[in-house]
Amino acid sequence: MAAQTPAATGTAAEPRHGLRIFLIWLVAAAIADPLIWFVWGPHMPPGDMASAAASQQFDINVMAVMAAPVMLFVLIYSGYALIVWRYREGDEEDGPPIHGNVRIQVSWIAATAAIVLGLFGFGTYELIAPAGAGAGEGPSPIWKPTGSTLQVQVIGQQWRFTYRYPQFGGFETTQLVLPVGQNVAFNVTSIDVIHSFWAYQLGVKADANPNVDNVAYTKPEHTGTFTVRCAELCGLWHGAMFDTGQVMPVPAFQAWARSTETRLAAVTRMLPPYALTYDPTVIPTINAAMAKAGITGANGYYYPPQDPVQP
Amino acid sequence: MAIEIHPERPQGAQQPSGGEPPRARPARPWWRRPAVHTALIGAVIGYVAGHWLGNFLSSGYAQNGLSDSNDVPIILGYTFGVIGWLAGLGVFNDLLRQMIGRPVQTALEEEAASNGLARYFRYSLDHKVVGIQYLVGMITYFLTGGLFAMAIRTELLSPTYHIMNANSYVEVVGEHGTMMMMMMTSVIVGPFGNYLVPLMIGSKRVAFPRIEALSFWITPAAYIILLSGLLFGGFPFGWTGYAPLSIQATQGADAYAMAFGLMGISVILAGFNIIVTVICHRAPGMRWSRLPMFVWAMLTTSFLFVLAAPVLFVGMYMMITDRTFQTAFYVNQLGGSSYLYENVFWFFGHPEVYILALPGFGIVSEIIPVFCRKPLFGYKVAAAGMIGVCLLSFFVWQHHLFDSGINPDMRPLFMLTTELISIPTGFIYLVALGTFWKAKIRFTVPMLFALGMYFNFLIGGISGVFLSDVPADTTEHGSFFVMAHFHYTIMGGLIFAFMGGVYYWLPKLMGIKMNERLGKIHFWTMFIFFNSTFLPLFAVGMAGQPRRVFEYARNLQTINDWVSISAFLLGGSILIFLINFVWSTVIARVPEPGNPWRSRGLEWQVASPPPPGNFTHVPVVLSGPYEYGVKDAPPVADLNPPPGILTEAVSGALVGSGAGPAAGVGQGTGA
Repeated sequence: MAAQTPAATGTAAEPRHGLRIFLIWLVAAAIADPLIWFVWGPHMPPGDMASAAASQQFDINVMAVMAAPVMLFVLIYSGYALIVWRYREGDEEDGPPIHGNVRIQVSWIAATAAIVLGLFGFGTYELIAPAGAGAGEGPSPIWKPTGSTLQVQVIGQQWRFTYRYPQFGGFETTQLVLPVGQNVAFNVTSIDVIHSFWAYQLGVKADANPNVDNVAYTKPEHTGTFTVRCAELCGLWHGAMFDTGQVMPVPAFQAWARSTETRLAAVTRMLPPYALTYDPTVIPTINAAMAKAGITGANGYYYPPQDPVQP
Repeated sequence: MAIEIHPERPQGAQQPSGGEPPRARPARPWWRRPAVHTALIGAVIGYVAGHWLGNFLSSGYAQNGLSDSNDVPIILGYTFGVIGWLAGLGVFNDLLRQMIGRPVQTALEEEAASNGLARYFRYSLDHKVVGIQYLVGMITYFLTGGLFAMAIRTELLSPTYHIMNANSYVEVVGEHGTMMMMMMTSVIVGPFGNYLVPLMIGSKRVAFPRIEALSFWITPAAYIILLSGLLFGGFPFGWTGYAPLSIQATQGADAYAMAFGLMGISVILAGFNIIVTVICHRAPGMRWSRLPMFVWAMLTTSFLFVLAAPVLFVGMYMMITDRTFQTAFYVNQLGGSSYLYENVFWFFGHPEVYILALPGFGIVSEIIPVFCRKPLFGYKVAAAGMIGVCLLSFFVWQHHLFDSGINPDMRPLFMLTTELISIPTGFIYLVALGTFWKAKIRFTVPMLFALGMYFNFLIGGISGVFLSDVPADTTEHGSFFVMAHFHYTIMGGLIFAFMGGVYYWLPKLMGIKMNERLGKIHFWTMFIFFNSTFLPLFAVGMAGQPRRVFEYARNLQTINDWVSISAFLLGGSILIFLINFVWSTVIARVPEPGNPWRSRGLEWQVASPPPPGNFTHVPVVLSGPYEYGVKDAPPVADLNPPPGILTEAVSGALVGSGAGPAAGVGQGTGA
């Protein structure tokens, strides 16, 4: 490896390329980062409708502020190199034989390692502090929110989600309604194939595996509607597996939950008792019983498949 | 250091033309010699026999308990069809000949004896023929996958209206993903690795010519099987094939599992051959510190092949037994686990992603010193980067499963390993930036593609760091963000590097030059439309559009239409490449016999295309391949070393001392 530094290889007349690149980069990064943080940041997906979403938005902003200078450095350096050190007509000589530079190599490795380890520490804190950041945490979550929690069971099936509210008699509905300002625990499971429950504005994504209870937490901070989509390919109508949920003020939610509980009481009695997972093999039996009782559909085939050809 | 010793025949072997083969086999008319047509006949016979056997064995079953159909005849049909295909090609002929004590040709004899176009349709033992076969095969698979991509983007022109029905759409998505990820696993190791590694390390042949040829001839069989899935209703689970969806799917899933398993075998074979070739067949003086970066990339990729693909094969095997013999490896309610498949698949699948990155790094690292006219900056760092990526890639697979509920407390660890892998990947950029410093950069077509690769992979890599962060990943996982990310690394990285490799090495492979004007048009259209297709998809994903959907939010229609139109134009750009490729290799055929890039690479020191046996004599390597601008650098190799030097090399005299070869062969005709 050549001992000389790249800066020293130039003659006295040659401009100090390294310094120039550094200054251009410094200016560009100083402009880009505040723009990202203050102008773009507040609009960064997935918004701040819920606590988990807000923490994800914060993470994405921090990552963007970290990434921009790195990308700018590579791009500015390469752009400078391609303009200044391009081949000039008639110059058939080879370039300077620089095989490497220990100082530069070591500092590059140290810098990337520092960024990476910093991001790891930050990411770990951001995963633990907001109670799992809305990601599915498996059957026995170790990072939980404190305070009272509304439990909502999400049951994935081909090709829709249904929701059970165990704290309200375990009624099952296709409407996802949540109170504002209260922790929500989603118990996500499936009765056929793997789905993924993605409540976009709530910042929740948890895979729905058959026979697995996958828990994810969030806390809605604003009222309004949000989109639920299936984020794991689950067969034919995967693209049509979506619905819209609603975050309401607490009294309105209580009223909705009570009235729905009463309205669906007869159906709830026919459903399998609330459990964290359901065995898909018993569904046909339940289904037959329901049909015999004159009730169209229950768990599994309770809701006839949507025909979403022209929604 | 191992050396090619045995082809030192007393006479004849030293002739550059190769001379007459020692034993001329009686020439038979072409239709009586094993080639593609006999292979097709064998495949049909095998399929029919296997299907009959399957029906015979499983006639009692109307259907499998878990899937909707009886899969045994299909699976056995495919299996026997593949065996028939290989038998028809003559893969087993030499084996049988040896069993009954008849002599067989060595690879070098076969190489010298065969010529003409027909050898490209045969089970050829010549690594140069296999390389060209792979090149044409991979371009075919790429174009097929690309057509499926066009179909996907056509459907996504509208948020609701269905040009295809939902069934066709998921079939097309599955075929596109599987074609691109699985059929093209060896997109660079196949053509360039097989062709160039022996030339770059100064070997007359590869270690296992039969295994190498077999690794190619499995791929057309897998291609046909994969496409035949469409006849059985396709498979509705993308390229990942998550169970239990893949267990419940119709017979198209058998095609997926068979084809993927076959490709697993193919890459294991290809990997073993490259590893042994690089380790055991380097010419004297080709020390590890002189190995071209491309060979390092091939070596690390091959290690990933042989270590990761067996896991895939087992995963597919278990899927097939679940679907046929009613085992329940992946069925939760019967005691299996859907997590098992996810783990097995991604334990293969993540190294697979680096299988699709490392060869690209190798090609661009090979191209930039030539067109910067400078040594590669930090050779050891570049090699360490590739080895580091290779090792770390086995420890990151669960980042695909952050939201799945597996091992939630292990997520910080996998976040760490995933982010760590950006350190060795960063080495590749350090090497590039260092090489640009005060270089004399020539904007030839291969260089443009290399620069495009660095640009695209930067975006792909940085977006990968976003995905490694669990909270950020919770928004991005399973969305178009992920999709844009891996298209940036694979299409923007690997395929750009592949294109650069085609323009750079086609003069070597065929002795003809690609049209440069069309090449530049191809680059600029591909670069612009690639970015205009995939950059907006990051935003689409962040806005909440999941992957593999045919319906999306109405407010995303404008941006999706923009992407679709860009994708069609990108398809047009690939068409320009195809026109250029066919025009240059079939119609114009501008000869380019020498070393058009003034490269120091050992592969460029022999004629283009290389003569049978590559080198007249085993060369003695005198210096590294990137010594541009080094005033007193010796030529890269002595192609005509004095007699007896091999014996010396074998005895280890040359290996010990670095200056030995240069001093010992000073009389030789330099390169």
